[in-house]
Amino acid sequence: MNRMYSNRVYIAIFLLPALVLFCGVLIAPIGASGYFSLYDWNGLAGKTFIGFDNYKELFTSDSIGFMKALGNSLLLAGLSVFLQLPLALALALALGNRIKGERVFLSVFFMPVLISTVVIGQLWLKIYNPDYGILNVALRAVGLDNLAQIWLGNVSTALPAVFVPILWQYVGYHMLLLYAGVKSVPTELREAAMLDGATNGQVNRYIVLPYIKPIIKISVIFAVTGSLKSFDLIYVLTNGGPLHSTEVPSTLMISMLFLRNRYGMGSTIAVLLILLCFGFALLISVIFKEED
Amino acid sequence: MRNTSKRKQIIIYIALIVWTIINIFPVYWMFTFSLKSNPEIFGENIIGLPKEWLWSNYETALTTGNMWLYFMNSAIVATATILITLAVSLMATFALTRLIWKRRKTMNKFFMLGLTIPIHASIVPVYVTLSRMNMLNTYWALIIPYAAFSLAMAILVCVGFMNEIPRELDESACIDGCGVFGIFFRIIVPLMKPAVATVGIYTFLQCWNELMFANVFISNSALRTLPVGVQALSGQYTTEWGPIGAALVLATFPTLIVYIFLSKKIQESFIAGAVKG
Repeated sequence: MNRMYSNRVYIAIFLLPALVLFCGVLIAPIGASGYFSLYDWNGLAGKTFIGFDNYKELFTSDSIGFMKALGNSLLLAGLSVFLQLPLALALALALGNRIKGERVFLSVFFMPVLISTVVIGQLWLKIYNPDYGILNVALRAVGLDNLAQIWLGNVSTALPAVFVPILWQYVGYHMLLLYAGVKSVPTELREAAMLDGATNGQVNRYIVLPYIKPIIKISVIFAVTGSLKSFDLIYVLTNGGPLHSTEVPSTLMISMLFLRNRYGMGSTIAVLLILLCFGFALLISVIFKEED
Repeated sequence: MRNTSKRKQIIIYIALIVWTIINIFPVYWMFTFSLKSNPEIFGENIIGLPKEWLWSNYETALTTGNMWLYFMNSAIVATATILITLAVSLMATFALTRLIWKRRKTMNKFFMLGLTIPIHASIVPVYVTLSRMNMLNTYWALIIPYAAFSLAMAILVCVGFMNEIPRELDESACIDGCGVFGIFFRIIVPLMKPAVATVGIYTFLQCWNELMFANVFISNSALRTLPVGVQALSGQYTTEWGPIGAALVLATFPTLIVYIFLSKKIQESFIAGAVKG
């Protein structure tokens, strides 16, 4: 059988479809994006090599507003790490303590993750609707008429209004990962600490949290890279507007590509996004390592 | 001591129930307003159950709103993606876990890179390639990229399961005269059912909800998938909320039904993809 299993023809037959698909759609395009980013190109024939001019323009041009877009996504990343994750962790710890109805709560909290972001976005469009949305209706009902406003149309409220559903939708995702971690803490560890007189809070602080640190690291990485890549909900809710106040790198990339036909510049944003994602993932891993 | 811990328990429960309401309410609201008329949605009966159940909203969404068409497009794309992902990843996993060659461990790690590559990385080159091959505005323009991006996760899950299948089974099948294909199709694949289910569900969720590729690679309205279709429909019915609600429900209920029956399996697949990746 070993001779049969080492036959190169079989190896090629079984491996090649996956390898071709994977390299063709995922690996080669990374190189191609890097290559396109060095050109001024409108997608048709005739590329002009311009070196790193796209990168320079991206970082210096105010009219593109890349720095603002990047700032928005970094702000989202910060909120995600310091608001969304603690909430997810609190829920995971609460559910991990053999509470009644654990499975039901878990399933309900994870549900928003599975619903299409377009559906979530459309629902929130209706919630934020200035005339009939339940948010303004509720505010008016309790007499706070002056707080009711055009949430997604005001430059000052649009960004927070867009962030709320993004953060809300993925609490369940982080909760699920952390919950799996909490559940993997050996019961003997817990019980030993309890016998020594530790309270629930102390067990969580000194036993559970150190134990699930690797999962917290993964959650932080996902929260940050996910924020950098965020697209769907912003596209549905504001598409970067009003006055570019909710622009993030992905929405900028899509408008460069398909509104302004600047393929070189679009590729530049794509390359920067990939670098930022890998860079932050690496940085977070280093920070977590140094804490040990 | 006992009293404070009891009070703590109650506070935790209240917090959990509040969060439950925050999670369920938007979905409840979506279901109810999909069955209401504008006057009810806009003032008479904003959060209650519909007084008059307007199933005609669904009829409008399905026919004049084209939801039926979008639904079928999504179903076709999802089915083809799942089948291709499964076939390709099962074969690759067989090569990675059973067949004997140097560097197969490296190759496995290489595939795992796919777990971290964002779809942004490929949007321009894939768009350009598809357009040169005249493949924009075909189902394949979505099926091929979706399958490629599902591959890493699929291989991750399949390798885990295939390593559990004892090698003695291969040997006895070989002695009974099975060739490599015989072993693969008659022994391995039938035993991979749990992995097939996990990969199938995960792939389904990814492509059913995907927006960026679907929006960019398809401009022909007859080939739109659900996320893009819902967007189009809500632009078309800005003042009629009932049919929009119906469209949102139609786009969501297949996922929710799968989730109700397989919630544990779905959660496990998300955990596996994250923790090992």
